[in-house]
Amino acid sequence: MADTLTPVLTDTWDAEQGWKLATYAARGGYAALDTAFAMSPDDVITAVKDSGLRGRGGAGFPTGMKWSFIPQDNPKPKYLVVNADESEPGTCKDIPLMMGNPHVLVEGVIISSYAIRANKAFIYIRGEVVQVIRRVQAAVAEAYAAGHLGKDIHGSGYDLDVVVHAGAGAYICGEETALLEGLEGRRGQPRLRPPFPAVAGLYASPTVINNVESIASVPAIVQNGAAWFASMGTEKSKGHGIFSLSGHVQKPGQYEAPLGITLRELLDLAGGIREGHQLKFWTPGGSSTPLLTAEHLDVPLDFEGVGGVGSMLGTRALQLFDETVCVVRAVLRWTEFYKHESCGKCTPCREGTWWLVQALTRLENGEGTEADLDQLLDQCDNILGRSFCALGDGATSPVSSSIQHFRDEYLAHLEHGGCPFDPAKSTAWAGQEVTA
Amino acid sequence: MSAAPLDDKTLGELREIAARYPEARSGLLPMLHLVQSVQGRITPEGVEACAAILDISPAEVNGVATFYTMYKKHGVGDYHVGVCTNTLCAVMGGDEIFSRLKQHLDIGNDEVAAQRQGDSRTVSLEHIECNAACDYAPVVMVNWEFMDNQTPESAVQVVEALRAGHDVSSTRGPKLCTWREAERVLAGFPDGRVDEGPTAGEASLAGLRIARERGWTAPDPAATPAVEAAQKAEGTDG
Repeated sequence: MADTLTPVLTDTWDAEQGWKLATYAARGGYAALDTAFAMSPDDVITAVKDSGLRGRGGAGFPTGMKWSFIPQDNPKPKYLVVNADESEPGTCKDIPLMMGNPHVLVEGVIISSYAIRANKAFIYIRGEVVQVIRRVQAAVAEAYAAGHLGKDIHGSGYDLDVVVHAGAGAYICGEETALLEGLEGRRGQPRLRPPFPAVAGLYASPTVINNVESIASVPAIVQNGAAWFASMGTEKSKGHGIFSLSGHVQKPGQYEAPLGITLRELLDLAGGIREGHQLKFWTPGGSSTPLLTAEHLDVPLDFEGVGGVGSMLGTRALQLFDETVCVVRAVLRWTEFYKHESCGKCTPCREGTWWLVQALTRLENGEGTEADLDQLLDQCDNILGRSFCALGDGATSPVSSSIQHFRDEYLAHLEHGGCPFDPAKSTAWAGQEVTA
Repeated sequence: MSAAPLDDKTLGELREIAARYPEARSGLLPMLHLVQSVQGRITPEGVEACAAILDISPAEVNGVATFYTMYKKHGVGDYHVGVCTNTLCAVMGGDEIFSRLKQHLDIGNDEVAAQRQGDSRTVSLEHIECNAACDYAPVVMVNWEFMDNQTPESAVQVVEALRAGHDVSSTRGPKLCTWREAERVLAGFPDGRVDEGPTAGEASLAGLRIARERGWTAPDPAATPAVEAAQKAEGTDG
């Protein structure tokens, strides 16, 4: 039985200058590279398959299986693209990971590229995090200078070049095919699948796209063994993952634990909900995952456990809201976000998110009628599963789940003729500003 | 704000960006960042230059430049202040911070505040979406550097210090450079500020501190059974 917290990727974050190659190397960094080069690429894929690692970007697709879909008989070049476009509301794990420990990502990129036989890899980082981009740029430069990148790495005969690419502000580019469009210098609009990127991705060549945390998990799997990784977590959700607690909690922050930990356990570690308040609702994995409530404190936070209560593990972005927060206000704001970020390619999402905002605004202002709730659910029904990509689906999650759990609160807005909550009571400084 | 012409050095750097990629057009996003770093916004001249280098039409470049929110058709201040008003930060006080700054600077969303007599630098204001720092809510970004755990008062102090030309440091990063300088880093030209700031902020370390106190670690690799060899023998179809 693993410890309650299992720092692996976060383990160097308290090191002095943890972003430097010297710091990473002093802790055994880049040793996994030689272990990998002593294996055949297929054996590296097998190790990652055996570890049970599932994608850490939200969808949870088995990473090793994704790699094995690359058709090695295709004569075109193969590419690895790291999705570092972390933008899902509530998600804040890849950014501190790249800031504090960029070399574990670079080492993971090298091993993963070797496994899929790519000689060129890209790290696509959202543009709005300049210091994180500096740290990754510098880590790549240091890795070249040390011979971990470039030609004939460690005398293995294997060559790899890595390009750090800054995005320019578009949530949709977290969707993997939209990301490829951005990386090809186009508007970030998703592509029709099939063909899947494994067959025709970047430049219509076989491409693997993985989340930062997935790729960063690879060096320890190779170095310590698949069984080591699989000794953490639950039956179908193996390994360690970073859980991000934010909102009305005493100690918000990053907690790296085996998958399957519960919110109750995490809250115990984080000192509970802020003093004098109670948990009202939370997202298990970002705003695109249906809301849960205090009833769900003991749900195992793994793919199956959260799925079993009608939500999704997503990116383990636990946004916690106490009883001072109006759920209609929260949902309206998320919906405005989806409307703003809809790429406009497909009608259900482009028009649907616009209409959701109209209906929710009316309700938040205490206008409209109870029939508007049914209309909202009907609108969700016309977006969910009918949109081109998952952005539209995600936009419906907060709306439908909030009506499911908090229908009475929507009605209270109608009875009250407006929002019955005082937003001042929810702020980080609420109750502290009164001085003589 | 005046736009310096795109000189030979800049045109050379634009070509250099395009050459990083197997297909030149992949360079367009960083190339547009470089245009902004030189000209302070996306200019018609910058669009034409990118189009000529990539052998695509100016309309195609414009189509990209108008899609991504970091590209500005009109100028921003020396310091572009973004207040996160996505749900979590909004609830934690981002709405109040944004409203205070609008009032204090006497501007609306996505506008540049007037340069008063005595101000040596300008600031602009925008409400932004989630910037992946929710454990530091409410979050303000200045030129895309983190200003964590802000209040309306601290945000006003920051913009006033910036307008006065004082040095201001990110709470989790370097001394703030100008917006144009930051855009140059995004174009892939490092500026040497990488070693400023901490490895991680306090919230990032919350779990690690507890693990250290309680002696919790990941499992000892030596204590886990070596089953890979057996599994390898079973084959890899899948």
